[in-house]
Amino acid sequence: MGKANVNLRGKDILALEYLSIEEIQTILETAKEMKNVIHRDIKKVPALRGKAIVTLFYEPSTRTRSSFELAGKYLGADVINITAGTSSIVKGESLRDTLYTMEAMGVDAIVMRHKAEGAAEYASKVVSPVIINAGDGAHAHPSQGLLNLFTIMEHRCPDGNFKGMKAAILGDILHSRVARSDIQGMRKMGIEVHLAGPKSLMPRFLFEEEGIVVHDRIEDAIKDADVINVLRIQLERQKSGLFPSPREYARIFGLNDERLQLAKKDVLVLHPGPMNKGLEISPFVAYGENSAIQEQVQNGVAVRMAILTHALAGGKE
Amino acid sequence: MKTLIKGGRVIDPANKIDGVLDVLIEDGKIAAVGEELPDDDAEIIDAEGLLVTPGLIDMHVHLREPGQEAKEDFLTGSRAAAAGGYTTIATMPNTKPVVDTVALVRSLQERAREVGKVHIEIIGAVTKGQKGEEMAEMGDMAQAGAVAFSDDGHFTKSSKVMLNCLDYVRTFDKVIINHDEEPSLVEEGVMNESHRSAMLGMKGRPTVAEDIAVYRDIALAEYADAKVHVAHISSGRSVELVRQAKARGVKVTAEATPQHLTMTDSMVQLHDSSTKINPPLREQKDVDAVLAGLKDGTIDCIVTDHSPHAQEEKDREYIYAPSGFPGLETSLGVLFTDLVHTGKLDLYRMIEAMTSAPAKIFKLNAGSLAKGMPADIAVIDPELEWVVDDSKFYTKGSHSPFIGRSLKGKPVMTFVDGEMVMKDGLVD
Repeated sequence: MGKANVNLRGKDILALEYLSIEEIQTILETAKEMKNVIHRDIKKVPALRGKAIVTLFYEPSTRTRSSFELAGKYLGADVINITAGTSSIVKGESLRDTLYTMEAMGVDAIVMRHKAEGAAEYASKVVSPVIINAGDGAHAHPSQGLLNLFTIMEHRCPDGNFKGMKAAILGDILHSRVARSDIQGMRKMGIEVHLAGPKSLMPRFLFEEEGIVVHDRIEDAIKDADVINVLRIQLERQKSGLFPSPREYARIFGLNDERLQLAKKDVLVLHPGPMNKGLEISPFVAYGENSAIQEQVQNGVAVRMAILTHALAGGKE
Repeated sequence: MKTLIKGGRVIDPANKIDGVLDVLIEDGKIAAVGEELPDDDAEIIDAEGLLVTPGLIDMHVHLREPGQEAKEDFLTGSRAAAAGGYTTIATMPNTKPVVDTVALVRSLQERAREVGKVHIEIIGAVTKGQKGEEMAEMGDMAQAGAVAFSDDGHFTKSSKVMLNCLDYVRTFDKVIINHDEEPSLVEEGVMNESHRSAMLGMKGRPTVAEDIAVYRDIALAEYADAKVHVAHISSGRSVELVRQAKARGVKVTAEATPQHLTMTDSMVQLHDSSTKINPPLREQKDVDAVLAGLKDGTIDCIVTDHSPHAQEEKDREYIYAPSGFPGLETSLGVLFTDLVHTGKLDLYRMIEAMTSAPAKIFKLNAGSLAKGMPADIAVIDPELEWVVDDSKFYTKGSHSPFIGRSLKGKPVMTFVDGEMVMKDGLVD
């Protein structure tokens, strides 16, 4: 399915809306091969030997940052990590100047997380290294969207044909870059997207598009779903008045075993992590047989290896 | 000293004039407007094929003095005004410090006389520090010549404070100009709340925030029989609220900007903060409603909300960049290109909204070519094609969303008190 004429070399990976169906398919195909590398005893391929990658994180992260770092290292690249707390960012250096500094040091790619929507897109206009968006505010998290697709593909459609599947995305859609990247990626691949959660955490005007359905009750979104992606609820949303209490949230909007029964029997449960078990998802579901949450983490490394290989070396090992 | 501007199409809405006529200037005043005026000893300016109008008036600009001269100052801002065909501009008090005392008003008036290329009027703050708590000394400022009062950039949360201020300025017959966005609904918002903001994950500034604020101010003005002027109206629903209020006889007036008349939130691009303004660019239905309001007189005048920022401040992440962009040098070109040449807006109405209408609301000795008025005149070539090039801006501001656009229509001469301060786009 990976198209021979797809070449992503030098392309900034900013949001899934900027990737074609063929480009997404190609990355997913490459991720399969990369997953094999992770299972080897010697986890090293020379695809990116001599390339330098910096991870520039203005927000905390465990999974995304370490999986990009490992992905780069497994591919033979030199990877350095910059986080907001331990760099000139604390001295008030602007994003633009930090980017110029990275560029001057000769890095080939900047993997960037920032709390401002559009920060990665802005960076791509400022400097020449490839910019890989590792999350910008509530806007996009393309590698997470791709690893979700990859996980779905492995379980539900090894042939890469996602068409006709039903996915439910539950929770805080308003603040979720994962939800936006899921919506973009899933719609592109032909998955019908059903959204549910408190209306105060649902963006107005999002759903003026075909193939996106919003439900008042989460049960209706879950019904007959092939995939359920449960979003993380940040507790500060309660303090800012968007829902009354964690207890009520869990009772009315949480994914528990009883609600899971409404989905297809072999439904796949995803969560971008970190989880609030007992809030948006019950521990029973999180660790149950339908859960692919741990597998998502491993797939995250494989997909990020695929992204880096394509963006920095045109997909060639 | 006489100057005769010959053979142009004179549009002077204050005097209901629209025809090919001559304009005679003598000693800095308008001496006559008529057909085939004798040209004995006057300097002749050939205006054939050009429009001759009263100098444009912009009651909403930010010249940034005092305290923010890295963004703009009276010299650069008034040069930009002259380049744009403006002869009277009124500068907002959201400076550092806020212009909330008579001493500051007087010092700015002196700066205006010293360096201003055009007439610069001073708008004072409504409340001390624009904090919305204690009334500023509006009486002192009014008597020193402050042209109006505004806490622009901020909405006065307390309705009680606003009611008191509306009552108080009636003694001095001044207008309060209000930036109407209910703060709790726009706190972190950076663009219109719409399908576009939902897709981008950007926090919204919804139209309902403007509607609530506009209605609050209309209700207060109606209750107190006071005057209120709605700044940069952008929501279609707000336009309807003003229309209904005017029909009831409420003393409410309103202004709109070229950007809210021609641009939508679909133009918001994540990498370019030039479209970030308050209130934000809205959807097409709002743009259509604002234009309809301008045409039927619900919206009285056009202002630029010229809001320059330093390059460094604006060239950054969209959500952190300050709001606003410079508009004095592009307004006429944009309005001609998108509204007049396309047949959406009558030329006469546009000139009215930029001359006699603001002059009437704010009681300015400007905006008219009647005999004896100051000879403040714009000469405009409606067919002149040009490309917006920020390297040629007189303003210190950058990041206009109009940069690079091909426009048709541009002022070619500006006269202030009979003196030519701009010719072919060049200002001293």
